[in-house]
Amino acid sequence: MRSLKFLIPLVIALGIGWFLYAGLGNNPLEIPSPLVGKTAPATPIALLNEPDRTWSPEQMKGKVWLLNVWGSWCSGCQVEHPVLLDLARQNVAPIVGLAWKDRPQASKDWLAKLGDPYVLNVSDQTGKAAIDWGVYGAPETFVIDKAGVIRDKHIGPLTPEVLAGRLVPLMRRLQAQ
Amino acid sequence: MTAEIGHFALILALPLTLVFGVLSLVGAWRRDARLMAVAAPAATGAFALVVLAFACLIALFVGNEFTVQLVAQHSNRNLPLAYRVAASWGSHEGSMLLWVLMLAGWTAAVALLSGQLPATLRARVLGTMGLIGFGFLLFLLFTSNPFERLVPAAAEGRDLNPLLQDPGMVFHPPLLYMGYVGFAVAFAFAIAGLLEGRFDAAWARWARPWTTVAWSFLTLGICLGSFWAYYELGWGGWWFWDPVENASFMPWLAGTALIHSLSVTEKRGAFRSWTVLLAILAFSLSLLGTFLVRSGVLTSVHAFATDPARGVFILIFLAIVIGGSLSLFAWRAPSIGTGPGFGAVSRESMLLANNILLIVAMAAVLLGTLYPLAMDTLGLGKISVGPPYFESVFFPLMAPALFLLGIGPIARWRKAELPQIAHRLKWAMAVAVVVALLLPLTIDGFRPLTSLGLLLSCWIVASAVTVVLDGLRGADGRVALSRMRLMSPSLWGMHLAHVGVAAFVFGVTMVNSYETEIDGRVEVGQAITVDGYSVRLDRLTDVKGPNYDAVRGVFTLSHNGQVLSVLHPEKRLYRSNGQPMTEAAIDRSLARDVYVSMGEPLGGNAWAVRVHVKPWVNWIWLGCVLMGAGGILAASDRRYRRAARADVASRAAVANA
Repeated sequence: MRSLKFLIPLVIALGIGWFLYAGLGNNPLEIPSPLVGKTAPATPIALLNEPDRTWSPEQMKGKVWLLNVWGSWCSGCQVEHPVLLDLARQNVAPIVGLAWKDRPQASKDWLAKLGDPYVLNVSDQTGKAAIDWGVYGAPETFVIDKAGVIRDKHIGPLTPEVLAGRLVPLMRRLQAQ
Repeated sequence: MTAEIGHFALILALPLTLVFGVLSLVGAWRRDARLMAVAAPAATGAFALVVLAFACLIALFVGNEFTVQLVAQHSNRNLPLAYRVAASWGSHEGSMLLWVLMLAGWTAAVALLSGQLPATLRARVLGTMGLIGFGFLLFLLFTSNPFERLVPAAAEGRDLNPLLQDPGMVFHPPLLYMGYVGFAVAFAFAIAGLLEGRFDAAWARWARPWTTVAWSFLTLGICLGSFWAYYELGWGGWWFWDPVENASFMPWLAGTALIHSLSVTEKRGAFRSWTVLLAILAFSLSLLGTFLVRSGVLTSVHAFATDPARGVFILIFLAIVIGGSLSLFAWRAPSIGTGPGFGAVSRESMLLANNILLIVAMAAVLLGTLYPLAMDTLGLGKISVGPPYFESVFFPLMAPALFLLGIGPIARWRKAELPQIAHRLKWAMAVAVVVALLLPLTIDGFRPLTSLGLLLSCWIVASAVTVVLDGLRGADGRVALSRMRLMSPSLWGMHLAHVGVAAFVFGVTMVNSYETEIDGRVEVGQAITVDGYSVRLDRLTDVKGPNYDAVRGVFTLSHNGQVLSVLHPEKRLYRSNGQPMTEAAIDRSLARDVYVSMGEPLGGNAWAVRVHVKPWVNWIWLGCVLMGAGGILAASDRRYRRAARADVASRAAVANA
């Protein structure tokens, strides 16, 4: 019995080791959005090409759509841009582009140069709309259902794997509803 | 060519460490002197190879060799020379090579300086270190090769993270790693002792100076890191309980417990299995720290490069080293024996209490660091544990430890008398109480927590002074300075380190109690005033640095109308990656810092400016430096070398008789 106590450190170490092993699969950068499951914020946002007019998520009611937050200053957005163009070509769902904290001219130049995957472009120069949407950084992509409820959110550049494995099946399911 | 030479040197070092690790352990087991003799020259050779590899890496960075991936990612033609050198350990791969370099260096040092050790013990220590080195070289070569070429080559490098472009980067990682990796020596001694079944006073005397030196380096490394964060991050804080800070703080706490436990093992032969466990723990925590920083399981401002594949490798390595050593411990420790007993009031009992408090504090830090990970893994949600948790568990644990720190050095071994201790320390306590109560009253009234901090700090100093004076007192009751020579360096080192703790506690108490700060909008010509200090923005200038553009504010600092100095905080924009950086400007003195940093431009000539007045903040780092210096002084004690020789001589005499 006496010598069993010398096993205690080993047992504790094994316990911690298990957590570390399991923890390797976690991504600490993935922060669940408190907005998932809630109605998309109704704040109107200025259109990129006609700054006097605004758009609000209300207008997308009845459709399953994506909101993609980007900026011409954001290198991750450059990485995901071809993926977005590809997605737009497949016509899965309309994508709304939210140019975040970006000069409108810079946004326009970017779209002219790299191609425009968006059905609609809005511009949030002050970052106020992004606060309502709970944006941590660009790029971020939201999936919104027909009723206007945010169903999923992806932080970081979209990849074909994320789309094929998670977002596209989700959108198809939501469209079937 | 340089990259290939470096790579090749590492490839040569890999089998060398494996061979000498295995041969020494087998040689010690079979008592084969020829096999054991391989270790020392092989360890020196492995060190030489790793030095060559590291020199190659530095040469690549200095020579802007952008055909090498690491250089292209972490350096730039416009980066100043000192930072190009420092950039070689600014990346994951480079810092792992630094790790290996330090380990090879410690191993070679042990090989050179352990001539007096019994041959089998020496071979086992070196063998253990060789195998650890093998594991890390394997990690380096297979998952983190720093010499990877980039095809096609980059025309220009991406530059070093601006946060790291600071003199702190030149010194902080090497010092910290010296400490981290130095615990490998204590670990190797513990493993060798377990294999040998030997934990007598001589074993502790050999292990002690190595451990103390490693601890001193770790202390200085953490201290420098904290000092750097203080002026570089621009928030004026000096400790953030960030997972990576915790990763270096946990081995420090375990190491502090270890150096105290080792003293008991050396002087009294007690605490043996506990000492061994602490030695394993200190190094395991160093490895865990490496894992936490490098695997990406935790987010942190420090995690510059993370990759799950590396995490898996380190975790397997961790499992082998920690699991293996703890299994060995469970198997062999029951036969170590507990050593002589001691009274409920004795130096041993106080050191035991100190050890328990330190280890509980370490466990609390570990819990706080891993808790978010555990919650996430168990699917209970994502949370983060912040300073309020650490502060509320850490300080109550440290307060009794600091109180004991004042008594411990005066208590006798084996059995001490409380009335006698109280008699000897009554004046020390009286002085501490008076200072602790009066000092806050002279500033702005009674504050219980401030008084508690001051009480503990003064108590430590006053009791150290009492003990030293008692030591200098002759039979006639007079204090004679000529007796100073009679006190050993290890005793002076201990007192110095303890006074360092007091200085640290004083600094923390004062800055937490009396710091003031103000944020404000300042236009050119305007001033902002806090705590009697006025900071006036005289003008703004544009500055072109070697690799950044900056707006520099010229501020005049005055106190009650008297001009003290001119400060130049900057807001920099690094050209290569467009990253902004705040460079604070600090007017330093022993009694206070005035810390000025520029926030955002507010249009026109106006800037958001933040000014902190931090009283006695430099005593925090001064205290750490005293602790580190105390450790080095204690380890320099000739007793360790003399005793080792005497022990060999007496063994030889026994053998001859």
